[in-house]
Amino acid sequence: MKYIKFLSLISLFFVGIISSVFAADLKVGFIYVNPVGENTGWDYQHDLGRKAVEEAYGDKVETSYVEAVPEGADAERVMTQMALSGHDMIFATSFGFMDPVMNVASKFPNVKFEHATGYKRSDNVATYSARFYEGRSIIGHIAGRMTNTDTIGYIASYPIPEVIRGINSAYLAAKAVNPNIKFKVVWVFTWFDPAKEADAASTLIDQGADMIMQHTDSTAAMTIAEERGVFAFGQASDMKKFGPRAQLTSIIDDWAPYYVERVGKALNGTWKSEDTWDGLAPGMAAISEFSKEIPEKIRKEAQNLHDAIASGTIHSFTGPINKQDGSAWLSTGETADDGTLLGMNFYVEGIEGDIPQ
Amino acid sequence: MDFASIDPTTIIYNLMIAATPILYAALGELLVEKAGVLNLGVEGMMIIGAICGFAISVETGSSYIGFIAAACGGAMLSVIFAVMTQYFLANQVASGLALTLFGLGLAALLGHSYTGQVPPQISKLDLPILSTIPVFGKMFFHHDFFVYFSLMLVLFVWYFLTKTRLGLVVQAVGENHDSAHAIGYSVTTIRFFSILFGGALAGLGGGYLSLIRVPQWTEGMTAGAGWIALAIVVFSSWRPWRLILGAYIFGGITILQLNLQAIGVNIDIALLSMTPYAITIVALVLMSVNKSKKSLGAPGSLGKSFIKVS
Repeated sequence: MKYIKFLSLISLFFVGIISSVFAADLKVGFIYVNPVGENTGWDYQHDLGRKAVEEAYGDKVETSYVEAVPEGADAERVMTQMALSGHDMIFATSFGFMDPVMNVASKFPNVKFEHATGYKRSDNVATYSARFYEGRSIIGHIAGRMTNTDTIGYIASYPIPEVIRGINSAYLAAKAVNPNIKFKVVWVFTWFDPAKEADAASTLIDQGADMIMQHTDSTAAMTIAEERGVFAFGQASDMKKFGPRAQLTSIIDDWAPYYVERVGKALNGTWKSEDTWDGLAPGMAAISEFSKEIPEKIRKEAQNLHDAIASGTIHSFTGPINKQDGSAWLSTGETADDGTLLGMNFYVEGIEGDIPQ
Repeated sequence: MDFASIDPTTIIYNLMIAATPILYAALGELLVEKAGVLNLGVEGMMIIGAICGFAISVETGSSYIGFIAAACGGAMLSVIFAVMTQYFLANQVASGLALTLFGLGLAALLGHSYTGQVPPQISKLDLPILSTIPVFGKMFFHHDFFVYFSLMLVLFVWYFLTKTRLGLVVQAVGENHDSAHAIGYSVTTIRFFSILFGGALAGLGGGYLSLIRVPQWTEGMTAGAGWIALAIVVFSSWRPWRLILGAYIFGGITILQLNLQAIGVNIDIALLSMTPYAITIVALVLMSVNKSKKSLGAPGSLGKSFIKVS
């Protein structure tokens, strides 16, 4: 028995050497929390980024991915497996992978980790996220200008700063062009439950909303909007296929430029742990093509707003802005600092209802 | 807070749609349990129905063929359970749980290339005259065919179980399989076909979810509907008519919860989502306090394997 064990160890050793001789310069692994899917969604967008990396570096980089990885112990196992099988760089693309990433990273100091939307970093763990709220300003502007009922329906997932920031940003932009605007927010407490999202969309439409925004991942709300003849804004991917008439535009997550850049840095040895929070300017958060249903004039306004935010002349949160309870937050001309935005846990003045605790 | 903006008509209209998938699944399970079999695989059969219905209707372009496929898919999965529990006498609870896990995985595999597709739309079936009644017309008579069909099936199952000879035999098998066997009925065959019927109905429920209520295919889309169906069978104390009440309470709470949120009422969502289960427990307690165990209505041989002696 011992003899066999010894032999297999030896052969494993040689297989290791041989594969490392013939392997690409850099092996990059990706883990996704949901199945990649065919057309839309958070994980699909990350996978587009992975494909862009392959395209950019050809034979020099080899990528692999594991989909539908549950957050928690399984994620740790998958990443350990990746590190053991010779991956030099691992992208963990969901917030819930945060602690597993930290645990695995401490065991493999030579492997570079990139964690999306998290806030824990170390020498070999970098974090990155996108300023999606900048995109929400644009859809808020369009919705405020186009609504006939002055009522916007908003399907929110969990009461975390990312989601609250999006609601505030869209509201402020809509309010700026339509003082009568009202936001109806429904919390569904899920990122992904098509039946629940569909019910939430119908409820909002029943209550007078003629524009639907979502901060959840399924395309159910878009389908309902199309069916009921109202307009909606897509999330994460272009959802035009599900609402050819209904979709006015989508906020798109475009990770490709970031992934290509970071893998490039890993290749030439300049990679270091950083925190990246990019918005419309580099296109990490992008806006899909405007629908023909948007009148020419509003389309132009939206494009101008997009360009102004991208160039930095306009900030989505520019004072004067009060908090919901009437207390002052930003004075005239003052813009929000990133710290407050990252921890945002309040509505701005004018939004009705409470944030669930 | 503007309670006036909640329109009871649309609430009732929407709750009927939200309740229909669980009504189908629960009705199937009710008959299965009446025959003395506890099949905990409802969730698995539903999701198989959802993907089969979705895939076939995308391929054929017809939602009606899709619904037939959904029923067949659910029934086919239940065959596994039927063979295991009726011929190999496997434990019903364990087999049912395994069926759920297997169904969820198989559906994800089958559905891989169907994520992101759009199914053919099904038209609403406005019942003539009835749908023109103000208020009530929009609430009750402005639905698609499968909402009416679910109610017709409740009537059918009630009639079958209480008024037909075969239905009474099914009940006899469920109450006491040894006696039923002694007077010459084939317990195994009757249970086998009951399980198939239950599977077909669970499949229809799943099909309704993926073809009408959402309508699209996504992995894990039943999200616990099968367990709710099991709960309301108990809630209804195995009576078909009470199933409607149970399913509509469950559907109603979902819809009402969203409506209250939209008008800005601050409610604890976890608490509301819990209520249907709490009601089930309370109903169970009330029924069991009342007189003997009989009023609970659980079939006597529920969950027991039938071992043929002679």
